[in-house]
Amino acid sequence: MKLSREEVKHMALLVHLGLSEDDVERLREQLCNILENFEILQQVDTTNVAPTAHSIALENVLRDDESTPSLTADEVLANAPNREEGYLKVRAVLEQ
Amino acid sequence: MNLHQLTIHEASDLLRRREISSLELTQALFDRIAEVDGRVRSLVTVSTDRALQQAREADQRIEKGEATLLTGIPAVIKDNMCTSGVRTTCSSRMLENFIPPYNATVVERLNAAGMVMLGKANMDEFAMGSSNEHSAFFPTHNPWDLSRVPGGSSGGSCVAVAADETIYSLGSDTGGSIRQPAGFCSVVGFKPTYGRVSRFGLIAFASSLDQIGPITKDVTDCAMVMNTICGHDPKDSTSLPHPVPDYTRSLVPDLKGLRLGVPKDYFIPGMQKGVEDSVHASIKRLEELGAEVEWGEFLPHTRYALAAYYIIAPSEASANLARYDGVKYGFSAQDANSMWDALEKTKQFGFGPEVKRRIMLGTYALSAGYYDAYYLKAQKVRTLIRQEFEQAFEKFDALITPTSPTVPFKIGEKMEDPVQMYLSDICTLPINIAGIPAVSIPAGFVDGLPVGMQIIGKPLGEETLLRIAFAYEQSTNWHSKKPQLES
Repeated sequence: MKLSREEVKHMALLVHLGLSEDDVERLREQLCNILENFEILQQVDTTNVAPTAHSIALENVLRDDESTPSLTADEVLANAPNREEGYLKVRAVLEQ
Repeated sequence: MNLHQLTIHEASDLLRRREISSLELTQALFDRIAEVDGRVRSLVTVSTDRALQQAREADQRIEKGEATLLTGIPAVIKDNMCTSGVRTTCSSRMLENFIPPYNATVVERLNAAGMVMLGKANMDEFAMGSSNEHSAFFPTHNPWDLSRVPGGSSGGSCVAVAADETIYSLGSDTGGSIRQPAGFCSVVGFKPTYGRVSRFGLIAFASSLDQIGPITKDVTDCAMVMNTICGHDPKDSTSLPHPVPDYTRSLVPDLKGLRLGVPKDYFIPGMQKGVEDSVHASIKRLEELGAEVEWGEFLPHTRYALAAYYIIAPSEASANLARYDGVKYGFSAQDANSMWDALEKTKQFGFGPEVKRRIMLGTYALSAGYYDAYYLKAQKVRTLIRQEFEQAFEKFDALITPTSPTVPFKIGEKMEDPVQMYLSDICTLPINIAGIPAVSIPAGFVDGLPVGMQIIGKPLGEETLLRIAFAYEQSTNWHSKKPQLES
């Protein structure tokens, strides 16, 4: 299993994970090794086998749409790194 | 009498007979923490003032005759369960200063029962790890040998119990994170059926695998905590609606008529001989107690479980951890020149190496072109593993295996080799893949280091597991051995 530095950087970009050049090389080596160990799965015959996403099959769990007391805005925002007048403050999303 | 050494049922009796107060008991545990935690380092946060207040309230409640069996009993909670007003870090820089505005459902339930919460337990960052070395703050040490790991990710929770820094604790288990450290520390660690305990307020790692469970000094205590934390929760749509039995009724010291399977598939090459011998001897003991035991290779897909798990869990983790964007809560990189730059730096400095590795692994498995070969394939193998267990349980009431292939390893020994570290969970992770219950109980020592035996049950088969665990425990004295920590 080969993984290039470019592929590692591309994946990091997909999840917006900042990596140093050292991180990229270390992760490349480790991921190659881990993925090599995953090759064993190709030995398993899974023809006509349905995938399992959840071990316990509960479906369509619904509840009545009733309002109940919730946290106040102050409580919700208490951990926010940047806030202003009851809002989360974020950096500009659109660049000029 | 050393108050810190008490079990829940012993302390509960003494409290109700007014022979001790919750305040005395709580103070004794803080004394014990002051004495030994500098060496084992199981706790990230100690909530002294709050605990003393809860102890006073518990004493009043006991005085009024309104106590439950857990009223006034001190506990430690793994630091990935939200505790209103008490810092909940996941042992990560990302949440180092996070103070939840609400309680996890398990914490609500224990509070309602009268818990005294001593503090929050150290863990591998975001529960990703098998040794507690991946805590962003400091590693926890095994009380049986301070140069060794306690296992993980609920290492702090297990050490706090083993070192008598608490009467019991809660852990969470995604691939063995309760059972493997319970085995390494010689305590009882139970992972219930998926959905048996609410995950509301448990900081998500891999949502289809995560489950909360108790870590205790003996099986009776385990049943007592299960009685309180199990049950349906409207706040968790994956929680099971089935009624909760009184688990203490399963504590009968007799295994007559029970059929136990021992899957040879779990005795992998590379398993330490001492571990194998201890588990063999334990299985013999179960036979003497009246169980019918049959060995066989009835779980052949076990050899694919590790790969399937390390695709499924990181895939779910990569999605769950996308929420840490430095905007709503948690660490936020301020020194950045754009929104994207801030996002990248927040994750770069907020997450440690193992978390980054798993996010990348999950992203790879889910990315276009690899989805079918990895994620979908792993989910199909998950089906086969689940079906294999279903077939085994047509014949057996429970399965017996070692909890981990080795005794606790040295701190630092596996840090540079992720795959070797992952192998530490080889016996426990198939159980999460199948969503079934399993418990690790003390089953002996090799050169002074603990060995755990794992008992695996069918969905909602908790009672059978407790019965087997209790019968075994009553006929051995492993659970009453204590590590020597006194200086």
